[in-house]
Amino acid sequence: MKITLKVWRQKNRTTKGEFKTYQHEHVSPDMSFLEMMDVLNTELIKKGEEPIHFDHDCREGICGMCSMYINGHPHGPLQTTTCQLHMRTFKDGETITVEPWRAQAFPVIKDLVVDRSAFDRIQQAGGYVSVNTGGVPDANEIPISKNIADEAFDSAACIGCGACVAACKNSSAMLFVSAKVSQFALLPQGHAERKERAEKMVAQMDAEGFGNCSNTKACEAECPKAISVSNIARLNREYFSAMVSSYKVTVGGGE
Amino acid sequence: MKFESKTPEGPLAEKWTKHKFNLKLVNPANKRKYEVIVVGTGLAGASAAASLAELGYNVKAFCFQDSPRRAHSIAAQGGINAAKNYQNDGDSVYRLFYDTIKGGDYRSREANVYRLAEVSVNIIDQCVAQGVPFAREYGGLLANRSFGGAQVSRTFYARGQTGQQLLLGAYSALNRQIANGKVKMYTRTEMLDVVVTDGKARGIITRDLVTGKIEAHSAHAVLLCTGGYGNVFYLSTNAKGSNVTAAWRAHKKGALFANPCFTQIHPTCIPVSGDHQSKLTLMSESLRNDGRVWVPKTAHKGLKAKEAASIPESDRDYFLERKYPSFGNLVPRDVASRNGKMMCDEGRGVGATGLAVFLDFADAIKRVGRDVISAKYGNLFDMYKQITGDDPYEMPMMIFPAVHYTMGGLWVDYNLMTSVPGLYALGEANYSDHGANRLGASALMQGLADGYFVIPYTIGDYLAHLGWNDKVGTDHPAFKEAIDGVNAKISKLLSIKGKKTVDELHRELGLTLWEHCGMSRNEEGLKAAKKKIQELRADFWQNVNVLGGSNELNMELEKAGRVADFMELGELMVDDALNRKESCGCHFREESQTPEGEALRIDSDYAFSSAWEYKGENQPEELHKEELHFENVKLTQRSYK
Ligand SMILES: Cc1cc2nc3c(=O)[nH]c(=O)nc-3n(C[C@H](O)[C@H](O)[C@H](O)COP(=O)(O)OP(=O)(O)OC[C@H]3O[C@@H](n4cnc5c(N)ncnc54)[C@H](O)[C@@H]3O)c2cc1C
Ligand code: SF4
Ligand code: FES
Repeated sequence: MKITLKVWRQKNRTTKGEFKTYQHEHVSPDMSFLEMMDVLNTELIKKGEEPIHFDHDCREGICGMCSMYINGHPHGPLQTTTCQLHMRTFKDGETITVEPWRAQAFPVIKDLVVDRSAFDRIQQAGGYVSVNTGGVPDANEIPISKNIADEAFDSAACIGCGACVAACKNSSAMLFVSAKVSQFALLPQGHAERKERAEKMVAQMDAEGFGNCSNTKACEAECPKAISVSNIARLNREYFSAMVSSYKVTVGGGE
Repeated sequence: MKFESKTPEGPLAEKWTKHKFNLKLVNPANKRKYEVIVVGTGLAGASAAASLAELGYNVKAFCFQDSPRRAHSIAAQGGINAAKNYQNDGDSVYRLFYDTIKGGDYRSREANVYRLAEVSVNIIDQCVAQGVPFAREYGGLLANRSFGGAQVSRTFYARGQTGQQLLLGAYSALNRQIANGKVKMYTRTEMLDVVVTDGKARGIITRDLVTGKIEAHSAHAVLLCTGGYGNVFYLSTNAKGSNVTAAWRAHKKGALFANPCFTQIHPTCIPVSGDHQSKLTLMSESLRNDGRVWVPKTAHKGLKAKEAASIPESDRDYFLERKYPSFGNLVPRDVASRNGKMMCDEGRGVGATGLAVFLDFADAIKRVGRDVISAKYGNLFDMYKQITGDDPYEMPMMIFPAVHYTMGGLWVDYNLMTSVPGLYALGEANYSDHGANRLGASALMQGLADGYFVIPYTIGDYLAHLGWNDKVGTDHPAFKEAIDGVNAKISKLLSIKGKKTVDELHRELGLTLWEHCGMSRNEEGLKAAKKKIQELRADFWQNVNVLGGSNELNMELEKAGRVADFMELGELMVDDALNRKESCGCHFREESQTPEGEALRIDSDYAFSSAWEYKGENQPEELHKEELHFENVKLTQRSYK
């Protein structure tokens, strides 16, 4: 296969970026998208040009590190991660446009690499059950119905990639935040702190500069792990019930 | 060099309890006077950092990814073992201990393995309390599956994403301590050296991967939780960034490196599709619970998966079930891998390359139905289809062995301390518990055991003896010297501007090791590999081309530094394999096999862990032996017949 690639190149956070066009003559349909980029990078290095920087690690669709905006879709045309996207999805001779995630809360670091540390700070605000190591009850002491456990798992499957934000015209992080809030709201272990958790995580999300949710459901359509927007509905319930309490949060972070 | 295992005296089952009692404690009010560095935030690092911070220590944690949640542990699929005996099928701490020692082919320390089995039960409790959504039965209690090398169901799992869920649990505990101000987290930061003065670890040197800034960090103790080195083979199931650099640089600062040639080759991976291949994808071993492994009885060159149904039952060789009737498809990994390779060597392999065997679910689907299979393995089946284009509900999977895990690693004593006082190694980075072969679902168990339940006790003893005043500041000349060394290496890499890419050189190294130091090894091949690796290493330092600068995000530079270390490690792996003239576990020396072609251990000569000491640039390393004493289990040739 031969393809034309239009790739966003940006030296660093402060320098303005631009698209550059590359002809790629050595593409096999069995390559993953990232392998196609590897081959291109090898060619660039051989020509003395700096390779295109992109994030990746597991290449199995689970670490959430890869993050390319391909032909107008986060992770490309299929509902999967960029590392699990194969070139057989594209047509011979096609022009493919590759950009970084675009969101105020995800500044570009270099080329296709963005800073998603805002997601970590949201988790730090309340994405946990407050238990220390040791001194916990036996694992089978609290039975949890299979349906609930499965539903909690579905929410917990989020890989923190940020495609939901990149897909959303408002750059909202609601799908990501709601997935974590739902996991803990469903499980008995998470009940004690559910109110504070929803409040704190939402407050941090707002402080980080993510936009509001206007229910376009673009996030769900693009999420590689099929996280459902029903999580957002649950977050809203959790959040509004939380607002009835007089609990006050302080937020830090956000850049 | 003096090194002691510090294994406590007394009966096996009482060692850990007694040891915990004998360890000196740090008074709660004094814990905040100590600083601990944790490098790595996988299961081992995240659990250690969180637990130590909860106790009151000040922790600095580091990872090279953009978030601690992305450590390679996230990719573990199948499950985590624990001796809960919830299934009432005869499991016990002793049985888990026994299976692990036997599975490791009697090349690990009894006391460590027993402790691992003992604390395994606490891990599950901890994870459930954190909100880890393990699989459950309809009655609401936890579900189990069985895994290779065991005849009981003791594996806890969260669909095919157990590592993800466990890591997110540990990450949440870590986040809580970051929010508390007890952990300072450094992401996109790579450790490039350990600083040692007066024989003690005092801190580390790091590079900020975004700005390129080289920094010094001092502490009372340093924990390396930096994972395994399977990527020395270039192609492996490990995440692309997994590397040996932290462990290797510690080794060059005096930490012994143990059993480097013990690398696990996993039987069920997706076969290579072409030269562009950048990594290999594991299909969880749990699939062998329901999948049957077979090849045609006679060679069918190029047989495709969709043609498999055309081979009648009578012409199929379910070779694992045939050769190992009592364990069948659930034999340990090394046995399954070697047998798969044998079938391919005989010419009976399938697929375009002939380097694959079938893993067939047709019987299981017939027996329990598609829905049950889908509930158990749905995401794995989807992943397989995504990558290969074949649908495993309709036709068998094709699988081939791939490098997966490294049992070798930094030598540690019973306290998980390396041979450098104050420097610890946890998780896959150490060599401690799996001997010559690791059983499935035991790495997650070990990482979390080390981080949640071992290090919080053992580190206190070191720190209490050390005292909080015994700390060296980053203004000490040793830090300056280490920084200069790191800078010199970076400048050198950037100045070569040769003709080969880092990946090209890395791939050559990998192929050499795969061929001669992989599933099957012999003296002649190993000697050839040693020579080849020395040449490659020379080539690397003359011919590598690393573009870009040092003061910016430069992923080629990161890779180059890691591959330079892999080149040195590769040679040590070969030396270790040459030295061990027996077969054991993953290490199959063709010169040492039974008449039936099974691995033949030579306990009289090789019942030891090798621990290699670095002796300086281009000097042969010195071998030390930690003799293994078995007081509780009787050494037998492993048999899974
Ligand atoms: C595909 C796959 C599936 C698996 N499935 C299972 C399973 O089902 N059950 C099981 O028990 N085991 C499984 N394993 C094995 C298991 O996942 C690993 O052994 C285990 O997760 C290792 O954990 P760790 O904490 O030691 O290291 P890792 O998770 O590898 O973490 C290493 C950490 O160190 C950091 N790091 C490394 N070098 C540096 C440096 N120089 N500077 C700064 N930071 C650094 C990284 O950023 C990372 O945070 C699987 C492995 C693979 C590859
Ligand atoms: S909700 Fe989906 S798209 Fe958003 S971060 Fe999680 S996995 Fe990625
Ligand atoms: S590289 Fe890990 S999800 Fe794509």
